[in-house]
Amino acid sequence: MPGFKSHSGSAAVLDRNHVDTDQIIPKQFLKKIDKAGYGEFLFYDWRYLSDGGENPAFDLNKKEAKGASILVAGKNFGCGSSREHAPWALKDYGFQVIIAESFADIFFNNCVKNGILPIRLSVNDIQQLRKDPSEKVIQNLTVNLEEQYVANQNGEVFRFDFDPYWKKMLLNGWDEISVTLHQEAKIKKYEDERIVN
Amino acid sequence: MSKTIIDKLWDSHVVVNEENKPDLLYIDLHLIHEVTSPQAFAGLREKNRTVRRPDLCFATMDHNIPTIDRFNIKDETSRLQVETLEKNCEEFGIQLEGLNSEQQGIVHVIGPELGLTLPGKTIVCGDSHTSTHGAFGALAFGIGTSEVEHVLATQTLWQNKPKQMKVNIEGDLGFGVTAKDVILWFIAKFGTNVGTGSIIEFSGSTVRGFSMEERMTLCNMSIEAGAKASVIAPDETTFEYIQGKRYAPENQDFKQSCERWSKLASDPEAKFDQVIEIDASEIEPMVTWGTTPSMCLPVSGVIPVKDPLSTNEEEQALQNALTYMGFNGNERIEEISVQHVFIGSCTNSRLSDLIEASKVVEGSKVHPDVRAIVVPGSQAVKREAETLGLHQIFLDAGFEWRESGCSMCLGMNDDIVPEGERCASTSNRNFAGRQGKGARTHLVSPIMAAAAALKGKFTDVRSVLPVKELEVNRYAGV
Ligand code: SF4
Repeated sequence: MPGFKSHSGSAAVLDRNHVDTDQIIPKQFLKKIDKAGYGEFLFYDWRYLSDGGENPAFDLNKKEAKGASILVAGKNFGCGSSREHAPWALKDYGFQVIIAESFADIFFNNCVKNGILPIRLSVNDIQQLRKDPSEKVIQNLTVNLEEQYVANQNGEVFRFDFDPYWKKMLLNGWDEISVTLHQEAKIKKYEDERIVN
Repeated sequence: MSKTIIDKLWDSHVVVNEENKPDLLYIDLHLIHEVTSPQAFAGLREKNRTVRRPDLCFATMDHNIPTIDRFNIKDETSRLQVETLEKNCEEFGIQLEGLNSEQQGIVHVIGPELGLTLPGKTIVCGDSHTSTHGAFGALAFGIGTSEVEHVLATQTLWQNKPKQMKVNIEGDLGFGVTAKDVILWFIAKFGTNVGTGSIIEFSGSTVRGFSMEERMTLCNMSIEAGAKASVIAPDETTFEYIQGKRYAPENQDFKQSCERWSKLASDPEAKFDQVIEIDASEIEPMVTWGTTPSMCLPVSGVIPVKDPLSTNEEEQALQNALTYMGFNGNERIEEISVQHVFIGSCTNSRLSDLIEASKVVEGSKVHPDVRAIVVPGSQAVKREAETLGLHQIFLDAGFEWRESGCSMCLGMNDDIVPEGERCASTSNRNFAGRQGKGARTHLVSPIMAAAAALKGKFTDVRSVLPVKELEVNRYAGV
């Protein structure tokens, strides 16, 4: 995986809390056995009408939102099922960064492992990112993982916290399994000493 | 220093502990199913890696399985997923309880009933309801597919230690109130992210009085409160359940294990980041009315209308839920009619759930407007239930009696609720579209679901049967 240092792009705003992974990618698309091609099914039930056409009322279908590479959402984003198909779909659609008030734990991990940067910002900061609160697309956001900030086009800077270990993994694009396999001696030792039920 | 059960479970599994890093935790049991594993096995193959400890992995198929003609998977992609799991297990030497197996069932039902789920273990599965296994005093949590691959390759996971929350439930539950109502009530009261970033220990006299199956229902839905995992300290009830299970330790080993497991309980002085006290007598039979498990009311409740004082966003969420569910607000729960009833899922498809529901159903008929199905959690539950004659009670009443699997919990097979129709469901998620596009899910306990099947609408189960017949069953399990 390539390393993630910084990213600039426009952000689509999804003004909802508790967006669960069933909404991000409904279960009928979980039957594939590879990781590719989920983007067209992202937010399926919101994005398409029952006749298969695009739902013009859905925020991501608005003309200005096309091409957004950052997604801004509310509280508890990615709750529910552990399906990693959710970040696969988000990434395949083109999102590289997700900014939310909070994330569900498993989803947060799943993002990091797929090279998507999940950023927690306060509700006030998220409000301030936009020029006006009704704005559904935020132009020209810059996200810098190395320095841990998001900047908008007015030059306002919003800092975020990030776990140092995952930061290093993301910055370098390291394969986590290779890193762990270097701990082989310790794993072996643990296995030799552990008490088995 | 005093330790919580969570500290004890965590500390005893740390392989690497270095500054500025998560801990590397050893995983004792890795449960695998067909939906979240194919890409993980493919990842191993791509990099020429092997499964480090196939003996600590255990696989089943549950999500895609048809519940009528189980060997005839019509959907091609579903069949491919099932066949892929068979192929992967064979190639990497992992035990699989497939369609042909007498031990097949929902992954979170068979782990405990086979004695794979044991106190003191770390257990993971590519499935969020892995929290179920915490009922045994195991540290059990759901993981994503990348983590499945990581565990397959290394038998470990990098994990930051979560915060710790104690939820202490004291007192007797009222008549007709079940473990399902306890967890629904908890989520209704404290919200779907009260547990985010935390592991919960459930304690208190109510929990101690629960059977293992009731404890599993409680822990199963802790993920719906946002918790990473939940645990209950093992005790005599736990040991009694485990004894004699297929893969459980035997004889002298079992005694020694019990002694070790008894020490897992939190020390009296141990500190938690947060403690929540609950009075069990406050809890009533619950019904969800909206699209998150926190949108939930006692059966006597009235659906809310938009609160003019709430912030815009909350108001919008409420409006969205009302619209999706086909409500205007102000409807009484007991006015809501249902067209489907689903008794099943890893939350409520164990033998005691079926026994309780059958008591409500016995001698009555399913309402003519309702299609009601019972989907036992595993082949073993199905056999046991049939031995007790439960299937006949359900069939006589007009229920369908199905083969084991996840079924209508998420509708990956043919068991789907049609658009706009309502289902009283004993499952765990009422998300929009979960049981089918436009399907309207109402989460309830098995006895409430049974009562709804008979009446064709939600009804207070306490009014359906006389008190003595509904004594909470303390059946120890399959
Ligand atoms: S029964 Fe439902 S919640 Fe449980 S494992 Fe199956 S799909 Fe998931």
